[in-house]
Amino acid sequence: MTRWLNAHRRAAARALRHLLAAPLSTAFNTVVIGIALALPLLFYLTIQHADQLARRHAPRPEISLFLKPGATEKDASAIAGRLKAHTAVESARFVGKDQALKALEARAGLGDIVAGLGRNPLPDAFVVAPKASHVAQLTALRDEWARWPGIADAHVDSDWARRLDHFVRLAYQAVWLLGGALAVALATITFNTIRLQMLAHRDEIDVSRLIGATEGYIRRPYLYFGAYLGLLGGSTALALSEAARFMLNRYLEPVSALYGLPLTLPPLPATDMLLAVGLGGLLGWAGAGWSVRTHREYT
Amino acid sequence: MSRIALSGVCKRYPGQQEALSGVTCTIDTGEMVAVTGPSGAGKSTLLKLMATIERPSSGTILINDQNVGALRRAALPFVRRHFGLVFQDHKLLWDRSVFANVLLPLEILGYGRRDAAGRARAALEKVQLLHREKASPVTLSGGEQQRLCIARAIVHRPTILLADEPTGNLDAEYARSIGALFREFHQIGVTVVIATHDEALVQQLQPRVLPLRDGRIAG
Repeated sequence: MTRWLNAHRRAAARALRHLLAAPLSTAFNTVVIGIALALPLLFYLTIQHADQLARRHAPRPEISLFLKPGATEKDASAIAGRLKAHTAVESARFVGKDQALKALEARAGLGDIVAGLGRNPLPDAFVVAPKASHVAQLTALRDEWARWPGIADAHVDSDWARRLDHFVRLAYQAVWLLGGALAVALATITFNTIRLQMLAHRDEIDVSRLIGATEGYIRRPYLYFGAYLGLLGGSTALALSEAARFMLNRYLEPVSALYGLPLTLPPLPATDMLLAVGLGGLLGWAGAGWSVRTHREYT
Repeated sequence: MSRIALSGVCKRYPGQQEALSGVTCTIDTGEMVAVTGPSGAGKSTLLKLMATIERPSSGTILINDQNVGALRRAALPFVRRHFGLVFQDHKLLWDRSVFANVLLPLEILGYGRRDAAGRARAALEKVQLLHREKASPVTLSGGEQQRLCIARAIVHRPTILLADEPTGNLDAEYARSIGALFREFHQIGVTVVIATHDEALVQQLQPRVLPLRDGRIAG
């Protein structure tokens, strides 16, 4: 165990020495990887913020619960009680069938049609504003309430929420696609850097192999090298995205004040920051692994 | 036990005639053997086969009763760790110091830093190069480079020492000092196999001689 740890400690130290031995090349690779990771990171941050902002400030979606024909006042107050006690309900208001008919009459062009009706065909209804705004949550609530006794039908007025959901999903997919493409780019940069490193240390690899080095021993420093590059690239990406956020916020601040909306971008949560750096390290390690496996002739 | 046994070993490189054909011999633990013969006789090939650097085209090679020709590639490094290898061209790492060159086998074996440093200095002292530990191998003379190569070969205390032309290109005085080193290792129980065409070295060490001619054991 101690020997295994010693071997890892040595490999990590050797990789660090190789990294520091060529500061210019290291800096160049780090910046390229940093830019590649910063783009999806900033895009992700912007979409996440826009999504939250839109859901907080856009009109709330509503669910209409239509009571069965012949529902009594007692039935209506039972449903009102259940809605009041429900944790997912922000507010609920009762719309009686007479009130609904008057509203229909008031709409331009419908007065004559309503006057021609022999009786009021509209049911009593509750218009509920749920706390949730995601389509899936709204649909689940609609299905739950449609099963309540006394409810004839439930309808979600969620066109806006549906459109927003579609847009957000599309934007996230674009982020993942961009992120995926740039992750491949990062792995490729690491692949090539490791290939050059292995070529530069070919004698050392040959001699080590002759005197009893395992494949693991030979490959380990290059894997650490790749991981270091990725970690440095991830950290650079964070720094770049923070710098870009700072600059964007300078333009967004006056617009925010003008519209009374918090448009400025918040910083990435600490967990997302750690994740971005960790992901950089992981991609660097993977790119290095790909390279050392491909260039077997040096190992 | 560090016994080497070859049975009907042949080695043919692609597009060339056989470098070795039907070599059968046994080298016992603690024995000193000189593989002699002119250039192209197959001495280096024989040593490379023993060191598992090359695989035989046919025949078997047993190291401590283990058929190394049948081993997986991943298992070979563990066999090589029994050996100390002295190369004809030294194979030193020019971007590392003398001390770091000697440290390499111990790094591969995973020794702790302090222990490894102690062993590396002891090996350098043995070959009288401790005073040059911080120097670059480029600044060493041919004899010093050969001694450095020997220090790297013995630092992990191998049970078998394989040396390919260890006195080639050295003047008589340096060659004698290197011969004396091999005698010392033999006296402490190390199996020593030397490929050489240096008659003086053979006279000095008086080993069992394994003469090679055209890839076959002569006589």
